Amino acid sequence: MESPPVPGPDTLQRWLLDMAVIRRVEELAQGAYQQRKIRGFLHLYIGQEAVAVGSHAALRKDDVVVTAYRDHGIALARGVSARAVMAELYGRSTGVCKGLGGSMHMASAEHHIYGGYGIVGGHVPLGAGAALAFQYRGESRISLTFFGDGASNQGAFFEALALAQLWKLPAIFVCENNRYAMGTSVERSSYLTDMSRRGDGVGMVRWQFEAYDPVVVYENIAKAAEHARSGAGPVILDAQCYRYRGHSMSDPGKYRSAEEVAEYRKRDPLLLTADRLLAAGVSQERIDAILAEADAIATESVSFADASPEPEARELYDHTYVEGT
Amino acid sequence: MSVLQMREALRRAMNEEMRRDERVFLMGEEVAEYNGAYKVSEGMLKEFGARRVIDTPIAENGFFGLGVGAAMAGIRPIVEVMTWNFSLVAYDQVINNAAKIVQMTAGQYRCPIVFRGPTGAAENLGSQHSQSLESIYAHFPGLKVVSVSTPRDAVGLLKASIRDDNPVVFMESELMYGLKGEVPDEEFIIPLGVADLKRAGDDVLLVTWNKSVQTCLAAAETLAAEGISAAVLDLRTIRPLDEEALYQHAARIGRVVVVQEGFPFAGVGAEIVARVQEAVFDSLDAPVVRVTNRDVNQPYATNLEKLVLPGPDRVVETVRNLLRR
Repeated sequence: MESPPVPGPDTLQRWLLDMAVIRRVEELAQGAYQQRKIRGFLHLYIGQEAVAVGSHAALRKDDVVVTAYRDHGIALARGVSARAVMAELYGRSTGVCKGLGGSMHMASAEHHIYGGYGIVGGHVPLGAGAALAFQYRGESRISLTFFGDGASNQGAFFEALALAQLWKLPAIFVCENNRYAMGTSVERSSYLTDMSRRGDGVGMVRWQFEAYDPVVVYENIAKAAEHARSGAGPVILDAQCYRYRGHSMSDPGKYRSAEEVAEYRKRDPLLLTADRLLAAGVSQERIDAILAEADAIATESVSFADASPEPEARELYDHTYVEGT
Repeated sequence: MSVLQMREALRRAMNEEMRRDERVFLMGEEVAEYNGAYKVSEGMLKEFGARRVIDTPIAENGFFGLGVGAAMAGIRPIVEVMTWNFSLVAYDQVINNAAKIVQMTAGQYRCPIVFRGPTGAAENLGSQHSQSLESIYAHFPGLKVVSVSTPRDAVGLLKASIRDDNPVVFMESELMYGLKGEVPDEEFIIPLGVADLKRAGDDVLLVTWNKSVQTCLAAAETLAAEGISAAVLDLRTIRPLDEEALYQHAARIGRVVVVQEGFPFAGVGAEIVARVQEAVFDSLDAPVVRVTNRDVNQPYATNLEKLVLPGPDRVVETVRNLLRR
């Protein structure tokens, strides 16, 4: 397969902005959570931004993306506005799902995001199902399903792989292997820690890669997408990444050392991208301006969410069933 | 008017809808090459080809979930389950995904899918293959639950289910696949949520569905010989429940017996008892009672199995006792 074109400085600046928006939105969400303006579960994506942004760049606009509950970054990278994400976290009617979904269920039909799903591994068949529909209709679209290392021992996940490979579905399965399923390290949960090897049992094309640099993510997902789109069948990838925060807001992360987190911060997606930009001759001032822009977008999203109305009580039952046939 | 077996009626409904709508397809274990475990899909592979009549491996969790994902992408799966007992390994896909898609996404996605297959006891199938599972599906908002008793109803209700934009759980019966009944030759639809009075009567109302409709009609014959006039109301759809018809007949007759296969504890019958007494308490002449399976797992031995199931004799006895009060 041919390598995809190397992204130029303009593209990299956009990716830096996208990743910085994800990070800044989540940092502000963390603050709002501590003020009890955001409730429930809040699983932060901080540290994994390269996966979302690099993957999005390798997909077509109408490809379907499905993910689990750590989904804010995926939604933002795919084009959902910071306003719509923040308002959803605030439980407001202006949220991407009108406040009905919340942190774990960020779906956007406009952006072909099936959503975030909260039953670990239970969402993986949905991505394969979207691919089945594309194949059924003879479309050239593909689906990309993200899941975590924690989902990689679930039955639904294995069954989805078996069916996708049997029917050569145009699907990519990407394990965001951030090394921890809640507080259980990947070594303690799995004999084989390269989750792409889960594909070996069904004969699926697979590989593992380091997913700290969005350019590397982009290259790998683009290769997988080309394979899946060609009709040659699905691909499973293990994207090695790291989350800086705990599993959710209630997790102080005592199961890992400060040294370990510091070590991974050296491979921070934003740092690596800034380094690439500096090497390409982009000034530090320009990089700072991008980060300031991200901060402004995220800050404005908080004001927007805070000022947005709650959903109307009379709309409570509006979305239980679709009316008519 | 033609006389059709139940299996032929179900097949007619699927054939008509698949001819009408290119998006509709059938998927399940043994549905294609084997022509269906109960021959419901006989000949469909020949007419529609392998693209639209799809044999699946034994992976209910997987193919139920693929169906949901495919429905979200705009095609309309009919997923056959060989028995509803097998659906328990795929329950998560129906409950956590199919039933919640519309609400979680605030209506951005819909899930037009039919899951269909036999429920209830057949003969001597033992503990794991004899369960009636209407109640555990009807429990959840977002799902519609249909349970049919005649070939005519099977045609009209399955066509309505396939055209419905919501997920529908459609329950048949192994012992009824050979049941014959008159079906109009012209195309017709029976809307979901409309009960059907299968026999008129004035002294007692038997509320029932699926195979127990036959049980109730047999019991009503016996009672008629004793001068007791029993009405038989076939709910046909458990959710949405035809509350209007239920309360109207219950209030007019004043004595109500719910006859259902399946365990009594937290069963559909319990829900009907609760609702009828809440709605028409002042019109009742006696407590609303149930005739159900005995509260015990199904034994294999023929004599014990007969003790467990709600046959006509138990219905007759219950009605006699009720009228003596």
